[in-house]
Amino acid sequence: MLDIENLSASYGEAQVLRGVSMSAGKGEVVTLCGRNGAGKTTLLRCVMGLLPYTGRVSLDGNDLARKASYQRARLGVGWVPDDRGTYATLTVAESLSLRVSKDGWPLQRVYDAFPNLYARRASAATKLSGGEQQMLALARVLRMGSRLMLCDEPTEGLSPLLVEQVGAILRQAKEHGVTVLLVEQNLHFAATVADKYYLLAEGEVRPTTPDDKELLTYLGV
Amino acid sequence: MKLKWILLPAAIVFALWLPFGLYPAVAVEILCWALFAVSIDLLLGYVGLLSFGHAAFWGASAYATGLIAINWDWPFPLAVLSGAVVATLIAVPVGYLAVKRTGIYFAMVTLAFAQMVYVIANKWSSLTGGENGLQSVPRTITDNFYFYYAALPIVVLGLLLAWRIVHSPFGRVLVAIRDNPSRARALGYPVHRYKLLAFMLSAFLAGLGGGLFAMGHRFVSLDVLHWTTSGKAVIVVVLGGIGTLWGGVLGAAIITRLEDFLSFSGFDQIGLVTGGIFVLAVLLFRAGVWGTLAKIPARLSRR
Repeated sequence: MLDIENLSASYGEAQVLRGVSMSAGKGEVVTLCGRNGAGKTTLLRCVMGLLPYTGRVSLDGNDLARKASYQRARLGVGWVPDDRGTYATLTVAESLSLRVSKDGWPLQRVYDAFPNLYARRASAATKLSGGEQQMLALARVLRMGSRLMLCDEPTEGLSPLLVEQVGAILRQAKEHGVTVLLVEQNLHFAATVADKYYLLAEGEVRPTTPDDKELLTYLGV
Repeated sequence: MKLKWILLPAAIVFALWLPFGLYPAVAVEILCWALFAVSIDLLLGYVGLLSFGHAAFWGASAYATGLIAINWDWPFPLAVLSGAVVATLIAVPVGYLAVKRTGIYFAMVTLAFAQMVYVIANKWSSLTGGENGLQSVPRTITDNFYFYYAALPIVVLGLLLAWRIVHSPFGRVLVAIRDNPSRARALGYPVHRYKLLAFMLSAFLAGLGGGLFAMGHRFVSLDVLHWTTSGKAVIVVVLGGIGTLWGGVLGAAIITRLEDFLSFSGFDQIGLVTGGIFVLAVLLFRAGVWGTLAKIPARLSRR
């Protein structure tokens, strides 16, 4: 499904990622762990085509090098950014009407899964709570029917109940064959959804497990 | 009852009454500037792009419309429409290069292109008349009073087009791009292509206004291409209210009427007054006249 080979990226002279290689199969949830500033978001942005990189990112064997981010989205890559990436002035209903795919979740299913969004459907994104904005960002990607979801800390700042809800959504997506690349610092949450783990440290990545002592020490858990 | 069902008939009555209450030539000028302002607001308010070179499209259409009327004697709506098409065609290369930049760089690129159009029009005097401009643009409806009513449907259609654009799925994508371009890209929208299309539509509306302006005045001077014309249009939009669409219409009415009043009262430093109003608008009511008025019902209902 997703293969990343020898990917390197930098901001100016500061190299953030050094020869990162990892993979995620169809219907797998792959968690990427690492400290703040390790380059997790940078890696997701490279996969989405929002940052230049060297190396190879391929989806179902097709190299995405020459694909702009909007073309990657059309190929089935969905992005749930860490800043929630909502549109400040569009209402919830307007946001959910953007880029809808027949493979995506129908509006009613989204509202059934996120009753808060239904109640706030006429509100602008800036009027939503942090949790509701997170729900909206996730719901937007579900509407697109993405085959690969890049989720950047989707549980950050959410109440335990909402975290559980996000977990349920990701498990549902996984059951439908959607691949999820999950950046997550909350290992307890990751353990409820993930199939594989990678640790990103010093710009390099290696496979790990949630009980890996080195990982726990590194994250200070 | 929704406020719009009161405002809409009021606006229609006001538009129909205008040449009775004002010197008809001023009423025609308000119509032209209303379209120009709405074209700027379409870009500034809904895509977040400040064009400082829209005089190029307004002016190019004015010249094209004037030349068509002089050389081919086409009916004026057709001449104006052709002028708007010329403006749209000029917007393709300008927009293609400009939309790759944002903020001050976008403004500077559009300004630079507009200055190039100004210089070309000045030097190509065999076509444009150079500093003398185009004189005696023919018009079958010679009376400004009747010409106002002939021009009004074109302006209304232009305004409806702008309204339709911002309330369409395309308009929602433009707002999404304005609010968060990288997120819009990640949703699968080719941001530059959308911006270019919005730029062309904006140029078309500016062109409609410019063409009417040429027909309304029956001459075209180089001033239509000057950067101060672009600046005035931006002032009109800021005064009316950015991102309100109808604010541009209101701003055009206020500025045009004010300029007319000042010039008739013998005050020749009109720029001082409009500049002062611009400063006040930015400092005291950033939402502009329309934006500020639109908030009043919500405030009253909260009490």
